[in-house]
Amino acid sequence: MTDTPLPSSRTTPAVAAATPSTVRAGKRSNGSSGSSGSSGSSGSSGTGRTTGKSARARSWRDSPLRRATPWFFLAAPLALLITFTYVPVVSMIIYSFTDWDGVSPDREFTGVDNYVQIFTRPELFRVFFVSGYYLAASVLQIGVALYFATVLSFNLRFRNFFKGVLFFPYLINGVAIGFVFLYFFQDGGTLDSLLAWFGVSTEHAWLGDPTSANTSLAGVSVWRFTGLNFVLFLGAIQSVPGELYEAAQMDGAGKWQQFRHIIAPSIKPVLSLSVILAISGSLSVFEIPYIMTGGATGTSTFVIQTVKLAFQFNKTGLASAAAVVLLAIILLITWVQRRLVPDDKVDLV
Amino acid sequence: MTPGMTPAVTARRRLPIGTALTYLSLIAAALVVLLPLLVVFLTSLKTSDEVAKGGALSLPRDWLNFANYATAFTDGHMLAAFGNTAFILVFSVGGTVIIGSMTAYAVDRFDFRAKKPVMALFLVATLVPGVTTQVATFQVVNGFGLVDTHWAPILLYMGTDIVSVYVFLQFIRSIPHSLDEAARLDGANAFTIYRKIIFPLLKPAIATVVIIKGITTYNDFYIPFLYLHSEDLGTISTSLFRFKGPFGAHWEAISAGAILVILPTLVVFLLLQRWIYNGFAQGATK
Repeated sequence: MTDTPLPSSRTTPAVAAATPSTVRAGKRSNGSSGSSGSSGSSGSSGTGRTTGKSARARSWRDSPLRRATPWFFLAAPLALLITFTYVPVVSMIIYSFTDWDGVSPDREFTGVDNYVQIFTRPELFRVFFVSGYYLAASVLQIGVALYFATVLSFNLRFRNFFKGVLFFPYLINGVAIGFVFLYFFQDGGTLDSLLAWFGVSTEHAWLGDPTSANTSLAGVSVWRFTGLNFVLFLGAIQSVPGELYEAAQMDGAGKWQQFRHIIAPSIKPVLSLSVILAISGSLSVFEIPYIMTGGATGTSTFVIQTVKLAFQFNKTGLASAAAVVLLAIILLITWVQRRLVPDDKVDLV
Repeated sequence: MTPGMTPAVTARRRLPIGTALTYLSLIAAALVVLLPLLVVFLTSLKTSDEVAKGGALSLPRDWLNFANYATAFTDGHMLAAFGNTAFILVFSVGGTVIIGSMTAYAVDRFDFRAKKPVMALFLVATLVPGVTTQVATFQVVNGFGLVDTHWAPILLYMGTDIVSVYVFLQFIRSIPHSLDEAARLDGANAFTIYRKIIFPLLKPAIATVVIIKGITTYNDFYIPFLYLHSEDLGTISTSLFRFKGPFGAHWEAISAGAILVILPTLVVFLLLQRWIYNGFAQGATK
């Protein structure tokens, strides 16, 4: 995982022929195709501005109107951002220390009682273990996506067809997916019929006990989300200049060596992004289990529980504490990931 | 490998088995993806009798039996659902494009003292997943009296979309500043420059944002589920979800409902394939 990024492949003749600046530009933004041009020009924009300066422009630059202008454009976006992201975060932290029910005007300050409950009441804490199924599923998901992205980055017959088929599930409505797979796992449904074809007759109720229910649901999430990882990986692989593969082939590198030394380094940033999306995604699963089982038979996830606590049982304080815990875990993971794999693309200012 | 053989030759020789395995894996994956969908499509064409007696993989007797679609369409209130979704879609996608491009324009084209803090606000917000804050966001929306109106999801979709700001920001950087300068010399003010020069040039980025935002809005379940309780406000997600209640065991009707909802996505996907891939690759990595 922590091998050197592009430099290992820099020894190939094709890269040596390329100018150093293009190599660097490619490395900076190899996460996505198309953005390399824009991030490259951001460096030069400053100089363009100073050379194109005229006397009239300068006088305008200093006027007070000029100073107020950006705020005309930022007023609405900032108002929305603060109202719907920052105010909720702050008030959520405040609620989490109270016993508020979300409706009544008065609320009691209860200190860390809510947090103590979350970590000590087994029925509240259990939802963390459900995330484990989805975490395992996302490992499989990333592996499968990586395999198909690699395979389909080479020329194959019906390449576009397979690309489309693999990606399409990601675009489908979650409720529809829930119903498709509810039927899939039903007694005598798709899966049972398929198994019967192969002579295996199961009397297994797939969504009937916690282990197989969670495994089945996690399988649905693999089915649904592999396409996104696949497209991200494919984009990263295709941003690698084609000459690199040709050069490697001339040097006698096999498919595996090409993967190891050209593809793997080029997708590292996207891979680390996928890992973090997978972890925070596994913690915040909601749609599929809620639609398919309603959180029954031990399939309740963190978000299902939080939604139920807040909107069914009116325990806004406790639900807020749960949400704060979830948010803290996700922020922590993001922070660790940023430390381990410094992301050189986050250069916004 | 015999000494005289060039690598190219061995590679070609080794190819067939490897290629066969590759195709085999691709076909297997395609089956895994398509089979569940195909079965639901078959089920949607069956009568309730056929569903009860035949297996899931049996074929419908009448391939043109669209009765279930009619049931799903009328009893599932699909027309209203598509209308509601379209309304929310137009406003939230339009709003996201305007808000996102304005933010990107202000941040990229102006130097002001609070620029770094403002960018930090947007950056930090990307780290907060919407699902975690919904308990408190609900109180904010409730405070505005917007719960159970179309405006709750519209404002939430507009206000929390930071991905689009990034897409616009990346793109706006590639537009040369000399264009702004030239317009400024001709007497254009900042707003005219944004409207007449920057916004039209952003078309590719706008296409990206419209696609990503459109698809995620069309498919979203969480926000309409939490904020739109009235049945006549249902989006396609919540209407489909409610449809299952009374039709619990009628898989032929539920399947038809699911296919009805998937169909528009399939059409859009087939028409816009290339842009959709690029859009998601660009949007997610920002």
